[in-house]
Amino acid sequence: MGDVFPRGRVSVAGASTFGVGEMPGHSTIEMAGKAVQLALADAQIGLPEVDGLFIALPDDLFAGLSLAQYLGLHPRFTDNNRAGGASFMSHLVTACMMLDAGYLDCAVIAYGANQRSSGGKLSTPARPDRWDAPYNPMYPLSFYALAAARHMHQYGTSREELASVAVAARLWANTNPEAFAKGPLTVEDVIASRLISSPIRARDCCLVTDGAAALVLTRTDRAKDGPQPLVPVLGAAAATWYNSVTQADDITVTAAAESGPRAMAMAGLTLGQIDTVQLYDAFTINTILFLEDLGFCPKGEGGPFVASGAISPGGSLPVNTNGGGLSCCHPGMYGMFAMVEAVRQMRGTAANQIAGAKTALAHGNGGTLSAQASVIFGNAETV
Amino acid sequence: MSGPGAEWDAALAESRFLLQRPTDGGGTTVFPPRAFAPGTGAELEWFEASGLGTVYSATWIQRKPPEPPYNVVLVDLAEGARMMGCVEGVTPETLHIGMAVKARIVGGETPKIVFDPVEQAHG
Repeated sequence: MGDVFPRGRVSVAGASTFGVGEMPGHSTIEMAGKAVQLALADAQIGLPEVDGLFIALPDDLFAGLSLAQYLGLHPRFTDNNRAGGASFMSHLVTACMMLDAGYLDCAVIAYGANQRSSGGKLSTPARPDRWDAPYNPMYPLSFYALAAARHMHQYGTSREELASVAVAARLWANTNPEAFAKGPLTVEDVIASRLISSPIRARDCCLVTDGAAALVLTRTDRAKDGPQPLVPVLGAAAATWYNSVTQADDITVTAAAESGPRAMAMAGLTLGQIDTVQLYDAFTINTILFLEDLGFCPKGEGGPFVASGAISPGGSLPVNTNGGGLSCCHPGMYGMFAMVEAVRQMRGTAANQIAGAKTALAHGNGGTLSAQASVIFGNAETV
Repeated sequence: MSGPGAEWDAALAESRFLLQRPTDGGGTTVFPPRAFAPGTGAELEWFEASGLGTVYSATWIQRKPPEPPYNVVLVDLAEGARMMGCVEGVTPETLHIGMAVKARIVGGETPKIVFDPVEQAHG
């Protein structure tokens, strides 16, 4: 046994974002609470019907309790799983199982962060562990830099190829009204930007923004009668291999190589049937690593794949159609925004809608390439 | 009685760099220290590391001029484990992945392991 998933039996009934970009004067729980209100309105479900709360906040270790208090609910269950930016995909796994089992009837997954307005730096309580800390790596940036440097060494991945990831994200963002970073960006601009922790430069890094997002999940039989196009969850898998990526056998291979195939098997789909991919691009190397590990190109060929234009507007595999963490928003744990963009694509309401898209893969990354989680969404035709 | 992390610290304070291996002779070298072998649960024993290793990856962290950048590396130890470290006496031009290095213990009250390049025999 293992990996038994209620394919298509749970659906996204509501989805929202709030305060993407800059939303000064709001605490993290106020941001998350507002997103929940909007997602429930989107689903036309009343607040008292919510009986499961799933949340991670950057500054609150007891966020599940705080959200119950803030919403004024007595939920049957709260989950404060902290797998970094993959937390929310992990929340979704648990929520789907509990909804399908009948333990819950209406689950909310929420996130909110104000790191742009509250200081302008990445806000995380996470630190290097005691074995890594004596060498003063930037956390988490230098850990990704070590992966990027090794990828360049092992496969010949070039600076230009890394930069092309940021350029593709910007091209998507330029036609998304919600995206925070817009304007021209070239490979040369990225390579000329400030070196931070080699080979990573400023334009290889995700944004620092505010933002909140929420999803409302119910069993599909109920969501079918809701006001929104049906977005069933076809598969979802989380994989955790370590906390510090220094402990990877091969730093160029992430646990996405496990989470992706497991989620795809649950969905009963092949990679060629995935219409769009929304993945957590904290740094340009992430997009290359995850596309390889998920199987969209062979290991080591991610650089040429992204540089070919395949992931850009008009390419064969639309990736991060909202502009991603690199150019749309990055409040600190981006996973929720990857899922909301996937849901919008499945509804047919994305700013950069992919015509005829029926399936979307949303992929979250947490820690230092440590925790990986993949979710496959579909539309009404897939169930 | 201390946990394995504190035992490792105590050895380092005596200028000894310890690693662990399964007592049954199977499996791989363990670092950071554990109470038992990760993945198998096997008993572990301490042994002294040769200190030899190879740079697996490297990054140079930039600072505000005139402060020079400093490096952070991952080292594959000759006995099989990997650890974070830094290499002294190198520049961004000379430090490279695959470089042979050897551990050295520095610092007084809070000792730590740093690495030096090993002169390669010319062939």
